[in-house]
Amino acid sequence: MTVSPDLDRRFREAANALGLVDIGFDVVESPVGELLVAASDRGLASIWFDPDADADLERLARIAGPRVLRSPRAVDVARRELDEYFAGRRRAFDLPLDLRALPPFTVAVLRELARVPYGETTTYGALAERVGRPRAARAVGTVMNRNRIPIVLPCHRVVGSSGDLVGYAGGLDRKVRLLELEGAR
Amino acid sequence: MLTDASGHALRETMMDAVAIEPFERFYEAHRSEVLRLLRRQLGAERAEDAFQETFLRALQAYPRLRHGEHLRAWVLTIARNVAIDAVRRTRPTVELHETGAADGRPAYEELSHLTDDLPPKERAAVVLRYGYDLAYDQIAAALGSSEEAARQAASTGVRRLRRRITP
Repeated sequence: MTVSPDLDRRFREAANALGLVDIGFDVVESPVGELLVAASDRGLASIWFDPDADADLERLARIAGPRVLRSPRAVDVARRELDEYFAGRRRAFDLPLDLRALPPFTVAVLRELARVPYGETTTYGALAERVGRPRAARAVGTVMNRNRIPIVLPCHRVVGSSGDLVGYAGGLDRKVRLLELEGAR
Repeated sequence: MLTDASGHALRETMMDAVAIEPFERFYEAHRSEVLRLLRRQLGAERAEDAFQETFLRALQAYPRLRHGEHLRAWVLTIARNVAIDAVRRTRPTVELHETGAADGRPAYEELSHLTDDLPPKERAAVVLRYGYDLAYDQIAAALGSSEEAARQAASTGVRRLRRRITP
């Protein structure tokens, strides 16, 4: 007995509307490939490149709880802002973020990262200084590598002190693409 | 980064201890079977509302589950309960009281010990006819069969009961 797309959609919408979902997600198309975008009632919780259905469900459950449900409605706002960003019509995101379960140092670094303006770059060392840990450039690199909300938290704007791109969890091609989109390269 | 790494490991251990699969996977694994069961019991049209209600109830209870075992049996039980409620709602409450036993228990409970051994379809037809006082077209819809088949199932069930009760 196949569940019709309409019945499936109605269930997902009802679950979301009744606030019974810990974290809702959907796949969003973008010029840098498919993104798995997830949000809880606290805000945007993750954006992952190259969605991998099985592993991603477990990772989402670890962030917010076991009630993980695909729910287009839950990521409507994020989808719209991402579309605008990729169309060159948005320079800053206006989304609450769900940073729960992250260690304080990580949160401090991500908050500083969020201040790096559109179209500009900074360095790992400079970010480390801004959170009061000038010698923690490598630790900042680790935070960038594990950033679970890339694009919106713009770790692509962080480069090496020599201007070298260094690395990007989503692949260097994407880092280049995002910087070009913003006119930073 | 030591605190970061060890905190992360601790969380992983905690999550493994809980080990309830993400709801999306549970829903995808069982939705077809749940819909099949509800269609059998309620007919195609009413099965859709019952389907939503079943999985909404499951979502509501999901965080309270202590382990991830027997989830299939669990959700099918919820579906059966939703179906029973749906059938019950088709009759006005006042009539339920009228047909209820003297101690206030509904009639279907009176019937249950008698009908337990009947084949499932006959049991359902007997309970719906004599416990809930449903009309045969309603029973047919509930069983997903024709009205004639519903009538047949109820009367065969009753004959079988009579043979058992009268020595």
